[in-house]
Amino acid sequence: MAETWRDGGFGLYVHWPFCEAKCPYCDFNSHVVSHVDQTRWAAALVSELVRYGRQTEGRVLRSIYFGGGTPSLMAPETVRAVLDASRDHWAWANDIEITLEANPRSVEINKFEGFAMAGVNRVSLGVQALRPDDLRRLGRLHDVDDAVGALDIAKSTFNRVNFDLIYGRQGQSLTDWEVELREALDLAADHLSLYQLTIEEGTAFWDRAQAGKLRDLPSEDLGADLYLATQEICEAAGKPAYEVSNHAGPGDESRHNLVYWRGGDYVGIGPGAHGRVTVNGQRSATVARRAPGDWIKAAEAGSGDLEIERLATQDVWAEYLMMGLRLSEGLDLDRAREIDPARAEALNLDPLVDLGLIWRAEGRFGATQQGRLLLNTLTAELL
Amino acid sequence: MTDLAHIRNFSIVAHIDHGKSTLADRLIQLTGTVAERDMQEQLLDSMDIERERGITIKANTVRIEYPAQDGQTYVLNLIDTPGHVDFAYEVARSMHAVEGSLLVVDATQGVEAQTLANVYTAIDADHEIVPVLNKVDLPAAEPDRVKEQIEDVIGIDSQDACLISAKTGVGIPDVLEAIVKRLPAPSEGDRNKPLKAMLVDSKYDQYLGVICIVRIIDGVLKKGDRIRMMKTGGTYDVDDVGVYRPAMTNVKELGPGEIGYLNASIKQVRDTRVGDTITHEKKQCETPLPGFKPSVPVVFCGLFPVDANDFEDMRDAIEKLALNDASFTFEMETSAALGFGFRCGFLGLLHLEVIRDRLEREYGIELITTAPSVIYHLYTKDGERRDLHNPADMPDMSTVDHIEEPRIKATIMVPDEYLGDVLKLCQERRGLQLDLTYVGGRAMTVYDLPLNEVVFDFYDRLKSVTKGYASFDYEMIGYREDNLVKMSILVNDEPVDALAMMVHRERAEMRGRAMCEKLKELIPRHMFKIPIQAAIGGKVIARETLSAMRKDVTAKCYGGDASRKKKLLEKQKAGKKKMRQFGKVEIPQEAFISALKMDS
Ligand SMILES: Nc1nc2c(ncn2[C@@H]2O[C@H](COP(=O)(O)OP(=O)(O)O)[C@@H](O)[C@H]2O)c(=O)[nH]1
Ligand SMILES: C[S@@+](CC[C@H](N)C(=O)[O-])C[C@H]1O[C@@H](n2cnc3c(N)ncnc32)[C@H](O)[C@@H]1O
Ligand code: SF4
Ligand SMILES: [Mg+2]
Repeated sequence: MAETWRDGGFGLYVHWPFCEAKCPYCDFNSHVVSHVDQTRWAAALVSELVRYGRQTEGRVLRSIYFGGGTPSLMAPETVRAVLDASRDHWAWANDIEITLEANPRSVEINKFEGFAMAGVNRVSLGVQALRPDDLRRLGRLHDVDDAVGALDIAKSTFNRVNFDLIYGRQGQSLTDWEVELREALDLAADHLSLYQLTIEEGTAFWDRAQAGKLRDLPSEDLGADLYLATQEICEAAGKPAYEVSNHAGPGDESRHNLVYWRGGDYVGIGPGAHGRVTVNGQRSATVARRAPGDWIKAAEAGSGDLEIERLATQDVWAEYLMMGLRLSEGLDLDRAREIDPARAEALNLDPLVDLGLIWRAEGRFGATQQGRLLLNTLTAELL
Repeated sequence: MTDLAHIRNFSIVAHIDHGKSTLADRLIQLTGTVAERDMQEQLLDSMDIERERGITIKANTVRIEYPAQDGQTYVLNLIDTPGHVDFAYEVARSMHAVEGSLLVVDATQGVEAQTLANVYTAIDADHEIVPVLNKVDLPAAEPDRVKEQIEDVIGIDSQDACLISAKTGVGIPDVLEAIVKRLPAPSEGDRNKPLKAMLVDSKYDQYLGVICIVRIIDGVLKKGDRIRMMKTGGTYDVDDVGVYRPAMTNVKELGPGEIGYLNASIKQVRDTRVGDTITHEKKQCETPLPGFKPSVPVVFCGLFPVDANDFEDMRDAIEKLALNDASFTFEMETSAALGFGFRCGFLGLLHLEVIRDRLEREYGIELITTAPSVIYHLYTKDGERRDLHNPADMPDMSTVDHIEEPRIKATIMVPDEYLGDVLKLCQERRGLQLDLTYVGGRAMTVYDLPLNEVVFDFYDRLKSVTKGYASFDYEMIGYREDNLVKMSILVNDEPVDALAMMVHRERAEMRGRAMCEKLKELIPRHMFKIPIQAAIGGKVIARETLSAMRKDVTAKCYGGDASRKKKLLEKQKAGKKKMRQFGKVEIPQEAFISALKMDS
């Protein structure tokens, strides 16, 4: 298995754990605080970066991603400090992709220029919905006009712009969504992330759902219909799904996220950040401390990591399969064999091909559209 | 050694929960047999499972010394017998070891089906019977009405019944006096005659080996004696004799009329025969006791380990359980669907559940239980009879002339308002009514029913349609021909042997439909649609289709989600271990038993 991560490339993920308000559906590591000492945080992030940089000196960095939480709450100087530090250890690819997640609110929009100056060349806007009632129900602080305005400015400031929508919302019919999705496609730049609402444990929505108070969520059947309609409409608009929930034309895919799905290496810094780093043929999973206060103290004392797990061959295999099956391009059989020859040999695709859930061609295999709808079961079947 | 006149041997007859165990506790406590600090509830129910379920599986005995009002001290030997219908035959045998019974009836409930069954057994054993009305501390107690009922239904004089509360202790001294005054002493017994003792029950103790409970008729039994079991022919050296107080206490000897235990390095319970006559090897008694038929299993099912790797452990566990239980049979079975396991025979459903629970709990083996079946008699065209224990072994119908099935006589007592539902249930289960009478607001009905209709969930159904107010008892009455067929269940076009069952031809469609509907609920949806069919021979008689799963995909999966998702997938995989693979379909273990339960 040695160095197969190279096929997936190398990226850096930076987690900013603060938000202005907690959305009721969100289980990301995000916290609401009154004040953040940007200088202190910049220094801590940089020291973590340096720690990992030493282990992976000289690699070519394909992408950097500021995720959250709400990274658009970072000071542009904080972003710049991290970017500058990254250049000291790694070689930036010529076409390096530097993405920052932003909430479409005026305070943040005003900083777009500063982020661009710092080096950010792609933003991902959390639009979530184009219907005022739904935005309110999702607990968002922006309205539809804010979102449209933010998109305009983003498009003129950055080369590449994505926005996120959540569908499968309470009371949303198939037609409701079809109409809204077409509007979204009209507004879209080069990339769209379309997530079906997931009720995650530990969120306010979860508690409400448990209490039976989250009414009119889509049935499994409607969920499937919504998904299929999404595929059809986006494909017709030239933005086919290249991953379960991500849509873009060829070349416009998020390079950063492709690192994950293609089984590349990534350094993760910031509270709760995960990483996958292969050193001397041994791949490890890293997890940083989750609570911002704990993390920063630990980072300042030398390491923000909570644990580093050395992955066994079977873990690397499982992750490659699990992530790769999400992609339309599927997985590479040669690489699968390189990772784990025995499991690759034992892989029994025929029955799933017969069921129309798996395709196989030219040394690759992947989930068909029907298979992708059942991806969890399908993956469990193949593991 | 006590002279006969100062011995009273008795048992307690009661419907479940009428207070048998509590009364036994009080008797033991009041006579100071157990020091106050060692007192715990349900002293006689020694096995955990017995204590928990409030049932006794093996006979237990306790020796109580009671200084009576006449100034003399009496030895009272109580034999506690299993109270459940499955063990009716064991009850009957134990009763032959004593001369009297306390008939305990809950004064708030009155006579129930088990009261009747057990009291008739006592009457058959020529017992003197003292009625005891328990729970008079409760406001709902109606001792007068219940007295009347005892006279009407059972036909014994209850004018002098003891009115007690086993809970508070009220009336317990009266019970002790009644035992001495109203129950007979053992009628005969000569210590100079050759030893003649009855083997009442035997149980396995992991430290001591087999312990036999014995009742001495004639002669004297001592440590060091060489004894012979007259029926089995086994000879043994007696290591110890003793009595239960209720802790095992060695004594020098047991003489006529006494009840106690012996320990003689017997290896397994199977080597002994309940009801056998024990005598001395050297000086044998002339006529042995009449003895008893060994009880035979009537209900069979397959038990398979959920995890095929547990098979060897399961074999060990089953062999250990069998050491203590001669009525439980087992032989290896292979199922196409379930792999290696055992076909086991039981005295009834409770017995089945007890054994299964013990395998799971005490030995930690998770089990799949297949449909319980009775023994059918197959008569072939060339006039031979074959016993069918497993529907999967059913030969080609063209070779079979006719099939006979076991029938039971069931007695059900129920408050009037539920009678309609009970009759409907019995009718649905192909019952023939034999009798219907009313006694004081309660109806008693007697049905001739096929055992196979009762074996599964009859008792549960009865409880649910009567909100628990019905009581039920049965006895086997023999075999009768009927129009029986084997119904197969096909899942995704593959027959699942473990789900095959014998059914009455006229009920086949209904059962088949119910099974298919149930399985449709029990089998999780797969990535493809699954036909579920019931068939007789090649003919499909019922069908359902389990539609394919439509959507199961995680919307977001980025760098941070990989570990979490991997864990989820591992969990999903672990869940699959609890399923059995049939062709492409996975069936959860509980489906095998749940599929058989009928809701209507
Ligand atoms: N109130 C009251 N409850 C009693 C009395 N005797 C027994 N019980 C309760 O009735 C239940 C069944 O008693 P138990 O002795 O286990 O009945 P068994 O099944 O006949 O052995 C238990 O909850 C006892 O505590 C009594 O005299 N009065
Ligand atoms: C880290 S969040 C976005 C960051 C930014 N703070 C925002 O809210 O716009 C990434 C995206 O995941 C999606 N998301 C979060 N929770 C979700 C859930 N429970 N179900 C579906 N999508 C969800 C939302 O579309 C969100 O924009
Ligand atoms: S959805 Fe975005 S803004 Fe809302 S709590 Fe989560 S990370 Fe913060
Ligand atoms: Mg009891």
